[in-house]
Order: sequence, then C-alpha cells, then structure tokens
Amino acid sequence: MKKIRMLCILILAISMILTACDGAKKSTTLNLYAWSDYVPQQLLDDFYTKYGITVNYDTYESNEEMLAKLQAGASGYDVIIPSDYTVAIMIKQNMLETLDMSQITNFGNLDTRFTNRDYDPGNKYSIPYQWGTSALVYDKTLVPSEPKSWADLWDPAYKGRLVMLDDERELMGMALQVLGFDKNSTNTIELNQAEAKLVEIKPNILTFDSSTPENTIINGEAWAGLVYNGNASLAYQSDPNVVYICPTEGCTIWFDNLAIPKGAPHKDAAELFMNWVLDPQQSVLITMEFPYSNPNKAALDYLKANDPTTYDSYMAFSGTNPPVTFLANATPIKDVGDATTLYDNLWTDFKSR
Amino acid sequence: MSEKKSSIWLRIYSVLVYGYIYAPILILIVFSFNTQKLNIRWEGFTFHWYDVLFKDGQVLLATRNTVIIAIISTVVATIIGTMAALAMQRYRFPFYNTSETLMYIPIVIPEVVMGISLLVFFVMIKFTLGITTIILSHIAFNVPFVTLVVRARLHGYDKAIDEASMDLGANEITTFRRVTLPTIMPGVLSGAMLALTLSLDDYVITYFTAGPGSTTLPLRVYSMVRFIVTPEINALSTIWVAIIFIILVIGQIAQSKRA
Amino acid sequence: MISEQASESIKRKFSLSRSLRENPITQGLFLISPANIYLFIFIVLPLILVAGLSFLSRGTYGQVEFRFDITNYTRLFDPLYGKILLFSLGVGLGTTVICLVVGYPLAYFLAHAPAKQRSLLLFLILLPFWTNFIIRIFAWMIILRSGGVLDSLLQWLHITQAPLNLLYSPTAVMIGMVYEYLPFVVLPLYTSLEKIENSLLEAASDLGAPPWKAFLRVTLPLSVPGMIAGTILTFIPSMGMFVVPDILGGAKTILIGNVIRNQFLTARDWPFGSAASMILMLLTMIFTLYYTRKAGFGEELLV
Repeated sequence: MKKIRMLCILILAISMILTACDGAKKSTTLNLYAWSDYVPQQLLDDFYTKYGITVNYDTYESNEEMLAKLQAGASGYDVIIPSDYTVAIMIKQNMLETLDMSQITNFGNLDTRFTNRDYDPGNKYSIPYQWGTSALVYDKTLVPSEPKSWADLWDPAYKGRLVMLDDERELMGMALQVLGFDKNSTNTIELNQAEAKLVEIKPNILTFDSSTPENTIINGEAWAGLVYNGNASLAYQSDPNVVYICPTEGCTIWFDNLAIPKGAPHKDAAELFMNWVLDPQQSVLITMEFPYSNPNKAALDYLKANDPTTYDSYMAFSGTNPPVTFLANATPIKDVGDATTLYDNLWTDFKSR
Repeated sequence: MSEKKSSIWLRIYSVLVYGYIYAPILILIVFSFNTQKLNIRWEGFTFHWYDVLFKDGQVLLATRNTVIIAIISTVVATIIGTMAALAMQRYRFPFYNTSETLMYIPIVIPEVVMGISLLVFFVMIKFTLGITTIILSHIAFNVPFVTLVVRARLHGYDKAIDEASMDLGANEITTFRRVTLPTIMPGVLSGAMLALTLSLDDYVITYFTAGPGSTTLPLRVYSMVRFIVTPEINALSTIWVAIIFIILVIGQIAQSKRA
Repeated sequence: MISEQASESIKRKFSLSRSLRENPITQGLFLISPANIYLFIFIVLPLILVAGLSFLSRGTYGQVEFRFDITNYTRLFDPLYGKILLFSLGVGLGTTVICLVVGYPLAYFLAHAPAKQRSLLLFLILLPFWTNFIIRIFAWMIILRSGGVLDSLLQWLHITQAPLNLLYSPTAVMIGMVYEYLPFVVLPLYTSLEKIENSLLEAASDLGAPPWKAFLRVTLPLSVPGMIAGTILTFIPSMGMFVVPDILGGAKTILIGNVIRNQFLTARDWPFGSAASMILMLLTMIFTLYYTRKAGFGEELLV
C-alpha cells in the first residue's frame, strides 16, 4: 500500500515538474497534421527561429485515417499533407481552403513537371511537397533470376519470400495490371479476376508490411516485393545489392501535397509555412533526412552546389531519382468512388483465404 | 494458502515463465545501446539514443501529456468507480440491473467503435478536441474497471464492522472514512493501478479524441515505429521501466522497514 | 422567530439529508449516480449515434449520407463474415486455453509463495506491461525473426542448425497473444487459489487422498471462479485483437477487429462499420451476461 502511495506521489511530482518546464510559449502556433517522420525537426525549429511561430506536429498513418478524422468534423489543423487522390476527394467535398499565392512566392522553385497536375489544376488548393513511387524491389544476390515484371513474382520459387505493402489499392492494382487491365478499374468482372489472381500469389507472400518492409529485405528474409521508394532507398543504404525497378506492367507514382483544411484557425501562418518549406535551403533538409523524391528544382540545385556527394547518391538510385524509362510506366492511383466497397470486400476475402 | 515449499519442478517452471515475460523487456534494454539504427541485429555499444531521446521535443511533450491525462483520469475514475462499487455491492435500488449492464458496455465495445463514437459525439456538441476530450474519454473506459475491482474486494467485506462502528457512536461519514475506506483501500488502489495502466497505454481511443498538440506517448511511439524502429524507442522504454522499478524497490524497502 | 418559509426549507433540507442517511435506496442511488450519469453521457449517447449511423449510407467519397439503408446489416450475412467471425472465435479460444494451461502452474506457485514475497512477485508480472504495447510486440520481432535472438541462441546451444523462420507464422502470433493476455489469467487464478483454505487440503490428505487427487477434487474445482474470470478477461479482448496477428503474423489473416477498423479508416464506410460493431457488441454482451449470471460477476477478477 505504502509503495503505491509513493508511486502516486512520485508520478504527481514528475508531472508537476514537467508542466513547469513547459514555460510560457504562448506565442502564435501552427498545427501541422502530417505523416509521421516526414517533416524534419530542423525545418520546424528554423521556422520558429525566423517567425516565432511554434509548430505542433501531430501525425497520422494513412491518407484515409486523416480523411476519416477530418470528415468526422475534427478541426484545429492548419496544414495537412494529403496525397494526390486524397486532394481530389477533398476538393470535391469542399474540405480545402483556396491558397493565396501572393503569400507563396517560392512556388516558382518547383519543377513544372509536378505543378498543375490533374488532381488540382492550377494548384488552387495544394502545393507539391514530396513525390515518389511504389514499385518492385529485389535483392539481386538472393533472387533466382532478376525479375522484370510483376508476373515473375508468381513463380513458386518465391514461396514465402515476398514482402508486400499492406495496401488494397496497390496490390489489386498490381494484379489488375498483370491481367492487362487498368489499375484504377471499377469493372466488377475485372476486379474479381484480379482478386483470384492475388489469391494465387498469397503463398509467396511472407508478410504484408506498410511501415518497415525494408527490414525484411535487409535481413534476407524476403527476396523481393512491392514497396515504396522510401523503403527501397533505406534498404539500399544498408545493402548495395538492392535493386528498385518499375516492372513492365507498370508501377505507381504518387505526389504528396501541402494543403490547408477548411476552417483552419491560422491560415496566414499556414501559407507562411508553405512558402518556408519551398525555400531551397529548407527543402534540402527534407531530402537529407528522408529518402523520397523532391519536386523542388531550386532545392536540388542547391544540394548539387553545396553537398555534391549526397546529390550524387540521390541522383544515382532509382528510388530517389527514377530514370525516364521508370517514369514512363508509372501511373497514379485514383479514387474509385462507389467501387471502394467492392475493393474492400474483395480485399477482405483475399486476406481471409 | 499454505506456504510449504513448492516442488522443484514448479519453481523451474515459474522461472521459465518469468523468463518468457521478461524476454522482450531485456531485449529492449539491451538493444537500446545498439549502434545499429534498425533494431535487427546487434552491432555495438553506445549511449547515443539516450541523447537523441532527451533532445526529442515531441517525445517530451507527449510524455507530459500522457502523465497528466493518466493521473487526472485515474483519480476521477477511481472516485466514481469506488462509489459505484459500494452502491452495487451493498444496496438494492431501482434500475440496478440496468446500471450493471451499463457498467459492462465499455468493456465489451471494440475500441475503434468507442473512439469513433466519442469523436462524433464531441464534434456534434462542438467540444474542441484536445487534452480535455482525451481525459473525458479515459475516465469513461476506466470507471468500469475500477468498479469491477473494488466490487471484488467488497465481496468478502463484513458489514458487521461498520455496524459496530456506528453502534459506538460514529456517524456514516466517519465510519466510512475511518473504517470502510481503509479496509477496502487495497482494492481501491488496485483499481486505480489498473486504470493508470490502461490510460498510460491507450492508443485507439486517444487517437480519435486527440486534437492538435495533445499527442500522447502511445500515439507518438506508434507513429515512430511506423517509419523506422530506431533504438530511441528502446531507450524510452528502458527509462520508463527503470523508473517504475526503482519506485517499486523503494516501496518494498520502505514497507519492510515499517514492519 | 423563524419565518414560515425558512422553517419549510430547513425541514426540506433535513429530510433530504435524513433520507440520505437512513434510506438505503437513496444512499444506493446517490452512490451510483455519478457513474450512471457519466457513462450515460459518454458511452450511451455516443453509441446511440453509432447505432443511428449503422442505418445510413456511404456516399461516393466516404462521407455519410442520410439515406436509410438496411443493407449494412444484410451484408453481414455474407458467408465471408461468418468465416471471419469463426476464425476470430478460434483465435480467442486458442489464446484463452493456452493462457490457462501456461498460467495455472504459475498462479499456483504464486499462491504458495511466502506471503512477504507474493505482492512483489505479482508486481513483477505486471511490470513489463507498463511499457508500451507496440514496443513489446516489436521486441518479439527482434527475438523471433530469422537469424534473430532466439535463432542465435538455439544455434549457439547446438539445438538447431538452421533458422526456425518463426516470425510471420501462426506460432509467432500465438506466442505474442499468450504473452499479452497471460497476466489477465494469472491474476484472477491467483486470487482464487490464494483463498483456498489450507485446512481443506490437510483434511483431504488425512482422509487418505494422494496429492494429485486432492488437487483434482479440491483445488481445481475451487479455482473455477478464477478460471471463469480469466476467461472473460482474455477471450473477449483477444477475439477483437488484430495488432499482434498483423505485426507478428505478417498481416496475412483477417479478424473482426481488422474488418471494423478497415471500415472506419480505410474503406471509410462508417455505416457498415457501425453495423458490424453493433453486431459484435451484441454478441459479446450476450456472452458476458450469460457467463456472469452463471458464475457471479467474476469476483476473482483482480487482487
């Protein structure tokens, strides 16, 4: 009994000390709601140093989670980082604020390949943040022969040796493409065939992992799989035998964007932040810390000038810098509207086999 | 129960089971000193991750939030739950069965449902999400657990003691304060301990009822492991376990000194 | 002179406090009200919203539309969901049984331990559960993965030659599930066993029963309340638990918990998710109430 009382007193004391340490940071704040480990702390600290605005960085694990929470009515966030198809959905549902471009003068730093895309024509609501791909990764010393297409992975030699993202759109998309269909198909017959195809490859899959699939590759447990470019890059950093290609049937390209949810309490600070992120010196911080692809042309030039070694490694690996041949086969995922229910049913069935 | 020495096999078995329970903890502690970033294999010894941990503002903020939420929700839930346990164990009143069923609901709902329902509820009554909403939610799921535990303790309680106290002239409040409460205190504290544990570790419900800037440790840890499981998390766990262990040891020493 | 009004209000005050002091029904209601009111506001009302949601429809972009729709419930009759439910029941049952088998001897050991050591030993069982849940499971990954700690240990001891490939297998999932729920079984069992009077066992042996028979006929039956409590605390949550199968099992299976979570967070079909939740809640409530009517409310739940 006494020890429990002491425990309580100690915990109370600690919490009081921590509360006191918080100090009086009551100045302006910005509420950032983004993927975890996607915005470098240095960038946020520099933002505070320059403008005196503290950034609260809350995180989510997927676009759908963020969307679900915002659709339920959660508010208070100023900046979010949705992917392309999520931006499209949010625009249709009137969930985003229009941007005041006069506040975002650094917009010109962006590579024009990434601006004015079909999910947000004219960039009225969003600014590209980072982009990337999801494609085929393999360890060339472990695979029986170097795979060139998704279909190669159906080979029984790969039994229990594949790692895949735990993502219904990516996997159904892969199966649809193997069958020669469009990866954003909403055709019931095509979708059912795709699921049947996926059931065939299930014995080859060691694990579904959307968070750290690179670990299974590095450890040699898996020989190949479908992963994000970020995962492939991390694997490559530990193991130079890792290869990342876009298979013949196709792969996915995605774009993440900064956007402001409707009703954001600090819209001005949000636009200031977006402009800040586009500054080459700040944008470079993202590339140094996280192995995705940077749409900011000025930032890459800055990197080339100031840190040629990192620039060269960035340019050399297909995870960070996909060659033209890679990109030619990369298509984005689009929202499938009412067919989402069908996709979900098929995915549930696939997982239950 | 008897205190005769247990057979050697039983003791060996128990040691093995404790080993099973502690295996992951030991791994966490050992790997918190690992030079390799990825938490797969051991590479070398370093204090680096502890350094990273103490400089990590988000983790410190999350810890502060977690502790505040846990303490407040535990205290409130314990009070409400103890009162409810007393009511249910000693009295018969209208709607008794309904009250009992009501108590069970939070235990049987899937956490996702509870989280979503609270989110929708708070949004509908226009209550801003933040630390307060998390605390309110934690109290809601803690009350039934406290009630259950205190009820268990009250089950064997002999009311004659209370009656004796009142015969001797004490009124209800004094009797409660000086007779009933001290006797059921182990149960109340167990309930409080359980509530504290549930609150400290809660992820799902907190996820839905949290607002900007009110992130807690489970939320933060979960998002940290999503990207890359660095030993910083191991360092955090090691410190957490070490603090509790030290408190327990102090408590044990204090208790044996008292005896 | 006290006015008429003043004396009336004094009388009223007295009668309320007297009623509180003397009338057990008022006392009972007073004590239960904070819990009832609180739970009504923060559990019942939100759940009514969810129940309402379950009859609405999903819009094209995942928003909720106010169209009455019973198909959310009829969809659950698809054999797919029956299969998932059965699988979840199996996982829950398997976990519970293994926990009981593994935990019983430990509880017995604790109940027989010297009184001074008992609470320390109990706390030691709980201590690991003060670390974060996710981290514990990731620690098991380090142990169980191919070439990981367990493999290295076994190969060093020359017990095995090649990696066991435990991670991402059903065995790994069971190891993780039993790990998570063991304390929920050990504690109630311990409470039950601890209450058994030594004199009963002495009487049995005086009457000529060998130790194993005394155990079967005296100890085991008396520990049944503890087993029941342990079952409730393990079976229901483990049925809905999906994090362990997802992380240690490679997310190759789907349980009801996954289905519900997916509806809210991936498919964004809240009405369907609400319907599934309502049904799940109904089933677990029926189970719990049946069990507790039979065996008391689970009085051996915790120390």
